[in-house]
Amino acid sequence: MSDTASNKLLDIQNLSILLPDGADRRYAVEDISIDLSPGETLCIVGESGSGKSLTARAVMGLLPGPKVRVGEGAINFLGEDTTKVTPERLRDIRGNEISMIFQEPMTALNPVMRIGDQIDEIFRFHVSMSAKERAARALQLLTDVNLPDPAGIMRAYPHELSGGQRQRAMIAMALALEPKILIADEPTTALDVTTQAQILKLIKDLQQQHHTGVLFITHDFGVVADIADRVAVMQYGKLVEMGTVHEVLNAPQHPYTKGLIAAIPKLKPRAAREQSKESVLSAHGVRKTFGSTGGFSFFGKKDRVVHAVNDVSIEVRRGETLGIVGESGSGKSTMARCLIRLMDIDDGEIYVGDQEISKLDRKHMRPHRRRLQMVFQDPFASLNPRIRVGQIIAQGPILQGVTKEEAYKRAKDLISIVGLEESAFDRFPHEFSGGQRQRIGIARALALEPDILIADEPVSALDVSIQAQILELLDKIRKQMNLSMVFITHDLRVAAQVCDRVAVMQYGKVVEIGPTAELFGDPQHDYTKALLAAIPGKDWQTEEVA
Amino acid sequence: MQGIPIIIAIIVLNFFLLNMAEGDAVDVLAGEAGSATPEYMAELRAKFGLDQPLPVQLMVYLKNVALLDLGYSFRHDMPVAQLILDRFWPTLLLMTCTILTAVGFGILLGLLAAINLNTWKDTAISIFALITYATPLFWVGLMMIVVFSINLGWFPTSGMENIAAFHEGWDRVWDIAHHLVLPTITLSLFYLALYTRMMRASMLEQYGQDYVVTAKAKGLTERRITFVHVLRNALLPVVTMAGVQVGALIGGSVIVESVFAWPGLGMLAFESLFARDLNLLLGIFMISSVLVVVVNLIVDVIYSFLDPRIEVA
Amino acid sequence: MSFWKRFARNRQAVLGMIILALVILMAIFASAFYPDDPFRLAGKPLSPPGTSGFLLGSDSLGRDVASGIAHGAKTSIMIGLVATVAAVFIGVIFGALSGYYGGKIDDGLMRVTEMFQTIPSFVFAILLVAIMKPSIESIVIAITVVSWPGVARLVRGEFLALKNREFVQACHTLGMGDIQIMLREILPNCVSPIIVVGSLMVATAILIESGLAFLGLGDPNIMSWGFQIGAGRTMLRSAWWVCTFPGIAILVTVLAINLVGEGLNDALNPRLRERQ
Repeated sequence: MSDTASNKLLDIQNLSILLPDGADRRYAVEDISIDLSPGETLCIVGESGSGKSLTARAVMGLLPGPKVRVGEGAINFLGEDTTKVTPERLRDIRGNEISMIFQEPMTALNPVMRIGDQIDEIFRFHVSMSAKERAARALQLLTDVNLPDPAGIMRAYPHELSGGQRQRAMIAMALALEPKILIADEPTTALDVTTQAQILKLIKDLQQQHHTGVLFITHDFGVVADIADRVAVMQYGKLVEMGTVHEVLNAPQHPYTKGLIAAIPKLKPRAAREQSKESVLSAHGVRKTFGSTGGFSFFGKKDRVVHAVNDVSIEVRRGETLGIVGESGSGKSTMARCLIRLMDIDDGEIYVGDQEISKLDRKHMRPHRRRLQMVFQDPFASLNPRIRVGQIIAQGPILQGVTKEEAYKRAKDLISIVGLEESAFDRFPHEFSGGQRQRIGIARALALEPDILIADEPVSALDVSIQAQILELLDKIRKQMNLSMVFITHDLRVAAQVCDRVAVMQYGKVVEIGPTAELFGDPQHDYTKALLAAIPGKDWQTEEVA
Repeated sequence: MQGIPIIIAIIVLNFFLLNMAEGDAVDVLAGEAGSATPEYMAELRAKFGLDQPLPVQLMVYLKNVALLDLGYSFRHDMPVAQLILDRFWPTLLLMTCTILTAVGFGILLGLLAAINLNTWKDTAISIFALITYATPLFWVGLMMIVVFSINLGWFPTSGMENIAAFHEGWDRVWDIAHHLVLPTITLSLFYLALYTRMMRASMLEQYGQDYVVTAKAKGLTERRITFVHVLRNALLPVVTMAGVQVGALIGGSVIVESVFAWPGLGMLAFESLFARDLNLLLGIFMISSVLVVVVNLIVDVIYSFLDPRIEVA
Repeated sequence: MSFWKRFARNRQAVLGMIILALVILMAIFASAFYPDDPFRLAGKPLSPPGTSGFLLGSDSLGRDVASGIAHGAKTSIMIGLVATVAAVFIGVIFGALSGYYGGKIDDGLMRVTEMFQTIPSFVFAILLVAIMKPSIESIVIAITVVSWPGVARLVRGEFLALKNREFVQACHTLGMGDIQIMLREILPNCVSPIIVVGSLMVATAILIESGLAFLGLGDPNIMSWGFQIGAGRTMLRSAWWVCTFPGIAILVTVLAINLVGEGLNDALNPRLRERQ
């Protein structure tokens, strides 16, 4: 197919987007040029702060507020410059010739309107159809996106649907008028990996049916590997590399791209290490249930009981890293909190070494606290914003009876071990980036010189390049201090790289557990197989890149 | 249905307050000292079992309340319950008009301010709300009388109707409405300001939500987005607030009714203050609490219709 | 940007601060400007403003309106501050315990605050003052009693939200005790909303106090703006100034406090910027 300019759906030329005065840089997006042809999928990849989302929003004039605005350049959609058309024409284009779907299905739909009504208004505002025709079309759309019980969904409210269902409904709305371009801004980032795989497939199928051009924003190279025809890489508002997916992924030119791709954990399971037999942490028959169990339900409503952890037994040996993987609702986070006694379990036993800890009261638990420490997921919520970093780290030892001088000295040592500057001691958390805050969180956990570290999704909230650094840090510390680790994650790539053994959880139960290489190479349980099959980009990078 | 335990708790509180007051409970109940004969007071003591231990007294009081016997007011020479019933309707009338005015105009003004953000309309409305919010009710009432009654003569200075004129039917309705204007405006001003600011803030908060971006991406007009999407969501917290404010409204009616001599419960409360008729005061106190519970119930039901995420318990 | 700079950017808030400062100064120096007892009969009754040596006129008994306003400022500010501090103190304690521990303690507190929410607060205040006999102490107590549930509910909400934050959970894993967590970890993080609510509460306290005084429930020995207005009611036709000026005083003071409170809110919560 000849690639003449007139063939292009979208031709962004030298676009610059300005930030409000007082922001940390002048341009959110600087002088980028991107194009899209019919029927092709272009992925824009970048980490946070790259400007990829703003670029997507600029296409339809959806930039937030008057302060964030297009500076120079043009966005040509089939010959028209969307940055210069009248507001009426822009409204015409939106939802009709160009559509967009967003990241958070929870909040992207109006909570007080029925799904059917939200689809209906797209028709009402763009074409003239009778009410019956509109309803029929809406029903057809919902069926096309493989939603069960489309008629029921028409009458339902957003909060009655699951995340995946909401995203399908959004896709239905976006494709209602068969737009020429679909812009997808990280539509699967907030979804489980199995749901993500389904949604990606759906988008691909619909694209082929309608010959739509898809502009797909993501930070996940695995997704890129699976769906992209061409790739554009952005960093700090600039376009650093663009090419076909094979070119960019397998033979990247720009150092930033090379660095990013190198930082992605490969799906090759780590080599098996020598293991000791000593058990440092074990759980037997642990149960944790939420919701009312029993009791008189006045109006006969069904009690909503959730068996978050349902008879789980695991064991962690000295020096090993045990991974617990699962999707949301699997119970892995609850299990982590039960192990560290942030929650009391309903049944079962937990041993640290040979000390049973699940029934100890607060006072008796305290001396055992130092053996078992936790690293949390959210770097922005896991540090008290009003306390200085040095104090945060030293708090633990001081509580355990260590003198202030000794505790502060330990804090300073840890600050340098985790790779931060000395001056961090006197500063406040908000002065640090996400990755740096995670380092502080690790330092805090290490301050008590624990035997066991429980890491609850410690890198999930971080950019891929930072993620690699933190994982490296954890590995170094584990070796240096002979730590045993329980590593909770939903990301199988990370599990493959980091863990010696992996336990797979679903609906509160451990469905499979085994050494990483065996689990990944030869999964036994159906769910494990489904999880592994759903990993985006799993066929990419199975061989070492030359 | 948790309203019931609350009312019972309030009644109990009532009882203890009665007992806290100076003098024997019967002295209080007999209204002004000296208006009852010693024999009657001894009779009352026996009836209320004041020679009995406190818990028993409480039970007796509760029983009396359940039988709607709230005591007797010597000042007015009527049982308290009857007195309250008589004065109930004027207060209800005033409050209903006030709520409608305050909520209705409040939402309207808040909407206007939010749509015309940072223009002179918005600034004017905001300043108006700010000043009104800071103004004491009784002073506004008095100033209204000075300006509109005394100087301009547009409205009567006090009372609910012109009794001497003996109006009938629609004439009477018109007369009452005429008298209703100033008190309603006075009482609603403060709450109007409150709802205006709430509505404005709520609209602004909704404008920043994700679903608004989605709506824009669908190519909907600003009009539709504002009035169909944003408005419906913005109303929810304001409706909740309306329920909460009813209690404050009753307090305000005491002042407004006393300024305008409006013959309602508030006025009654004011009178009973000076008569040291504590029993009457407590009765009004209890009735107003019941009123608040009922109104809150109604508001809850309305809210559950507006917000599909809430199921009616 | 530091807190004071942010605050100073809000011109209305600065205006409010200036007015408030003037009112406070007037209260402090009332005795210097008007050394005589404001209840004293100072001259010709019913003099209009600016005549017979009365800046703002005199009432039917010949009392100086301006003197009353100056001394009344003392009353309002003092009662407003004391009642608010007491209400905040009580409210924080109950709200913190309730939000942090949950369970039965929380249920109990919720019932109590619901009860207070149901009782019309002004009527309750009237009742309390009537029973305790009007005096400065009883007024302060009454205002405190009707105000603390609002603070308690706010603090409870904050504690509920914060107790599940990861940094608080981290404190549990370190073995920190409850009191230390509540006082040194959670409380410092909810100081902002408490300050804002507290400042607005002073305004409400002043309104309640003047309302009580208007109805005749003020301390009979202390001059108050509400008392002036209440006493001036009967001469509305002939001497409108007796009611008007004290009312303006209340309005201006309460307005100033509200402006300052909003300024504090904007300065302490920079994220809540309006869409421009």
